[in-house]
Amino acid sequence: MTLRSPLGRVRGLGAAKDGTAHWWAQRITAAALVPLTIWFVASIAAMAGAGHAAVLAWVANPVVAILLILLVIATFHHAQLGMQTVIEDYVHHEGTKVVVLVLVKLAAFALGVAAVFAVVRIAVKG
Amino acid sequence: MAEFSLPANSRIREGQRHPRPDGAARPKTFRIYRWDPDSGETPRVDTYEVDLDKCGPMVLDAIIKIKNEQDSTLTFRRSCREGVCGSCAMNIDGTNTLACTKYIADVAGDVKVYPLPHMSVVKDLVPDLTTIIAQYSSIEPWLKTKSPAPDRERLQSPEEREKLDGLWECILCFCCSTSCPSYWWNGDRYLGPAILLQAYRWIADSRDECTGERLDALEDPFRLYRCHTIMNCTKTCPKSLNPAKAIAEIKKLMVARR
Repeated sequence: MTLRSPLGRVRGLGAAKDGTAHWWAQRITAAALVPLTIWFVASIAAMAGAGHAAVLAWVANPVVAILLILLVIATFHHAQLGMQTVIEDYVHHEGTKVVVLVLVKLAAFALGVAAVFAVVRIAVKG
Repeated sequence: MAEFSLPANSRIREGQRHPRPDGAARPKTFRIYRWDPDSGETPRVDTYEVDLDKCGPMVLDAIIKIKNEQDSTLTFRRSCREGVCGSCAMNIDGTNTLACTKYIADVAGDVKVYPLPHMSVVKDLVPDLTTIIAQYSSIEPWLKTKSPAPDRERLQSPEEREKLDGLWECILCFCCSTSCPSYWWNGDRYLGPAILLQAYRWIADSRDECTGERLDALEDPFRLYRCHTIMNCTKTCPKSLNPAKAIAEIKKLMVARR
């Protein structure tokens, strides 16, 4: 039971002065992903049936490698921003929320680093 | 975790059927949500039949007629009966709107009347507005200035006044906030479309000198950024206002001042 006034409850801990960077980053990564994803899907489709060596050579091209790394960073950054929003929307148990948020962010970071490493390794080894 | 099971009072049973009035030439069936906290029973839907030949054109006319002639226990808020007070906001035919401006003729089939969604119910069609009124109070909805009070009115150009059009008309019926899924899930922390439109009404007012402080108070992942542009608010507004646009304007100002 609480005898705290409704206004006291609503004012709560005050405004976090946060959220704008998150919102803006979500829009920028979304805008960047439109051309990057179209380029990626079209490129992969164009290589249908090509051999392993041909795909490796494609990835090793410096322009392709850079675009792939940008695609990976934008994808995983956008994904973890979006997942954070979904978790904050629906998970209302404070402890569970923090654990799930941390796990999702660490997973996105780890997967992003692994994907960048894969591209760099192919590009450098040629 | 997320809640998947519904509380007991979310199960609504079939209630009483009130007889059709004698000699009704144009009967219309109203199915109305009923819940009495004192009874200890779960909510029910009662069925009433109203003779449209002896009833005004609006849903509120029918509800008042039912209360007067068939069932005086039916509880609801109403005041102006012409769409300027916002008291009779309820969910009619699946949409949040004002009972006093909703034509019975616009509803095909039975007229289903429920309280505003996802609010605690005080009784029948009366939602508990305690939190949302406190949220309105929290945005300090009055003109705030730093410069000394002038001897006359604070002036505003016609162009500056025009910026308040589409904002000042809000009657705080809360149809929009209670149609917003984000407000349903996080209404304790998210301010919701009605309150954010009101907040923007003061942010957009050229006479107000505390715009920055107002933005400070809104810059929060929950207070403002739970809005995901779902647009239910704009779709349901019985005054045809655009709360989603007001929220978008606030978000633009947040970026502009960075």
